[in-house]
Amino acid sequence: MNRRLVIPALVAGLLLTSACTDNTAATGDARTLTVNASDTECNVSAAEAPSGTLTFKVTNDGSKINEFYLLADDGLRIVAEIENIGPGLSRDLVLTAPAGNYFTACKPGMVGDGIRGGFTVTDSGEDVGPKGEDAELVAEADAQYASYVRDQVDQLLVKTQTFADLVKARDDDAARALYADARVHWERVETVAESFGDLDPQMDAREADLEAGDEFTGWHRLEKDLWPARAEGYTPMTDEERAAVADRLVADTNTLYDRTRDMTFTASDIANGAKGLLDEVATGKVTGEEEYWSRTDLWDFQANVDGAKVAWEGLRPLLQRKDEALDSQIGQAFADLQTLLDKHRSGDGFVTYDQLSASDVKELADSVNTLSEPLSKMAGVILS
Amino acid sequence: MSDLSRRGLFGAVGVGGAAAGALVLAAAGSASPSSKEETVSDAYPYFGVHQGGIVTPAQDRMHFAAFDTAPGLDRDALIGLLRDWTDAASRMTQGGSAGELDAMSGSYDAPPEDTGEAYDLPPSGLTITFGFGPGLFLDAAGADRFGIAARRPAALERLPHFVADNLDPNLSDGDLCIQACAHDPQVAVHAIRNLTRIAFGRAVLRWSQLGFGRTSSTSVDQATPRNLFGFKDGTMGLRAEQTDLIDAHVWVQAGADPAADWLVGGSYMVARKIKMQIETWDRAPMREQENIVGRTKREGAPLSGGVEFDQPDFTLEGRGGVPVMDVASHVAIAHPDHNDGVQMLRRGYNYVDGNDQLGRLSAGLFFIAFVTDPRTHYIPMQSRLSRNDLMMEYLQHIGSGLWAVPPGVTEGEFVGQALFA
Repeated sequence: MNRRLVIPALVAGLLLTSACTDNTAATGDARTLTVNASDTECNVSAAEAPSGTLTFKVTNDGSKINEFYLLADDGLRIVAEIENIGPGLSRDLVLTAPAGNYFTACKPGMVGDGIRGGFTVTDSGEDVGPKGEDAELVAEADAQYASYVRDQVDQLLVKTQTFADLVKARDDDAARALYADARVHWERVETVAESFGDLDPQMDAREADLEAGDEFTGWHRLEKDLWPARAEGYTPMTDEERAAVADRLVADTNTLYDRTRDMTFTASDIANGAKGLLDEVATGKVTGEEEYWSRTDLWDFQANVDGAKVAWEGLRPLLQRKDEALDSQIGQAFADLQTLLDKHRSGDGFVTYDQLSASDVKELADSVNTLSEPLSKMAGVILS
Repeated sequence: MSDLSRRGLFGAVGVGGAAAGALVLAAAGSASPSSKEETVSDAYPYFGVHQGGIVTPAQDRMHFAAFDTAPGLDRDALIGLLRDWTDAASRMTQGGSAGELDAMSGSYDAPPEDTGEAYDLPPSGLTITFGFGPGLFLDAAGADRFGIAARRPAALERLPHFVADNLDPNLSDGDLCIQACAHDPQVAVHAIRNLTRIAFGRAVLRWSQLGFGRTSSTSVDQATPRNLFGFKDGTMGLRAEQTDLIDAHVWVQAGADPAADWLVGGSYMVARKIKMQIETWDRAPMREQENIVGRTKREGAPLSGGVEFDQPDFTLEGRGGVPVMDVASHVAIAHPDHNDGVQMLRRGYNYVDGNDQLGRLSAGLFFIAFVTDPRTHYIPMQSRLSRNDLMMEYLQHIGSGLWAVPPGVTEGEFVGQALFA
């Protein structure tokens, strides 16, 4: 569950495309260029630069929102871009450019072809790697990740339906046995599910996530009824209450199913989704807060890690090309974390959270940090 | 005379007001390298229309403490405590000692009245602000222990549970509170320590908080400081110089609550201990960080353009017709335009309480706001923030309290005297 409840249902993939950072590269460096963009002009400090990592420091001196592009020699293909530069604001575009002919373009007001100028990247002899196949690799990563999301939501829908039937039939032993297993599919794609701000609070809110007047529904409402041992003075749900919550959960899962059929993902979405899943582990699962009643946090933990690993694997061809060392650091950290998690396996699943010692939890948390830190760098590397 | 001060050199400073700091320097003739200007503003007057520590230019350090009254405390004993606290505060804020005798004086067979760690230190801009919690008027059992229930301000109720609150009872509420702010942390700590000592047997410390690094400005002369997310914080907050707005949004006005006329000229203090998940925040791309806040990290300018103090344009559309200022950004949700025009005087501090058992910094923002009525000026906005603010992904509210802050004290009075009249 995401702690912010109602966000606009923006589909992941709408906003994120370019790599821009706020670093302060030394000026006077031939690879650092300034761009003064007004409503009528686009002044780039130089028309050429040596191949390598280039930084365009773009300042919008005009009165309209501006954009800055580096276009390939066909004038069509976008090599890199920054969007939404408000009047008076500055932003850096950092990218790795091989030798070749390009165009720079400012687009005040975000309309038209932009104010263009020729731009040449000379061969510095520095190895900047092949660039041409990036788009293809991103498309492959998108296709692979979108298919993973669809598949997980497929399985989630089937198991949620079964779970709902068991809850309504008061077959509580069977419902408890299925609970964590069904939720695995939610947790594997949690950052995608959370991007639907209307569904997330209905399906995955914990009781503390609500305020007076909010209805407590979804997975954790049923979790509490199935594992009331830690609930003081708890009144069990009636058959009608159970049916209402279970039916709504199934209906919401159907909505999630529909919405995930034709989702697409940019490389940035996938990379930041992986980072987001590890954030979920760090703030909710490793602390045992997510599954307060059932104590099945380690199932969710594993599922978040699964989802992050799939995202990384999809991006690996791209990442390996850009930064082999980072890729292997991430790979090692995934392997080490998995070794630790495997220590707590029991039967088809895991031990419950209350069976972990303080040092077990610390060991897991440290391992999550060891993985999260390099994983958080993946998006910036891939997009540079 | 020398016995009346924190140390003899501070001589007749007593409770003299703003000029006192200058007197300190003159009397001490000390080798202090601090400039005269700094020293002049080094002591703020204790007595006045309003309590200090509200529109006072925010000092850099804070020690906040909440107290519960002792079982069996009666009305007269409570009044006695408030009088003793007032006397000690009036001395300490002027660079004096907590007790009548300074830390190094008195019977050799008695513990000193003042604990001594501020003995050599100047007033350091110390302000001491007292507040009364809901529990002072009606205790947990519903008893009116001090005969003041009928004069409880209607707005003085425990804050409601907001979305995602994870409050620790040991970091929340309290019958009484004291905010001590100073330029020097040792001076602020000295104040709370000595006031706690004075209260033993009458009130006990319930919880407390140290803050370093102000996260808001209360004067136009102050630059906007940064919080632990690395962003400028409190750009939109009220400033002392905006006197009309301060009257409208901070002080309780005559007639606002006839049953609680004793609070006129006072305010309400909201305190929230907000834990920041800084480890995950630090892994968020710059794009996400700026989008969440709604401002640039470097300058604090709204993403719709301009410079820090320019108003954001929430209607300005960027690519795809999506507003450049995310509708769920912190600035968008907290902006007065989206909160019926209400504003607050913010006075929060960064905090780091060491680290937790998982090796994460226990860090965040100790949010403090002074408002004329929390029902209009805090609760609706916080409800929206807790529910919708993108930043909530990285925040957790773990402590909370609301106190009525009586008006200022006239020499010879004790704080909140009108409540007992």
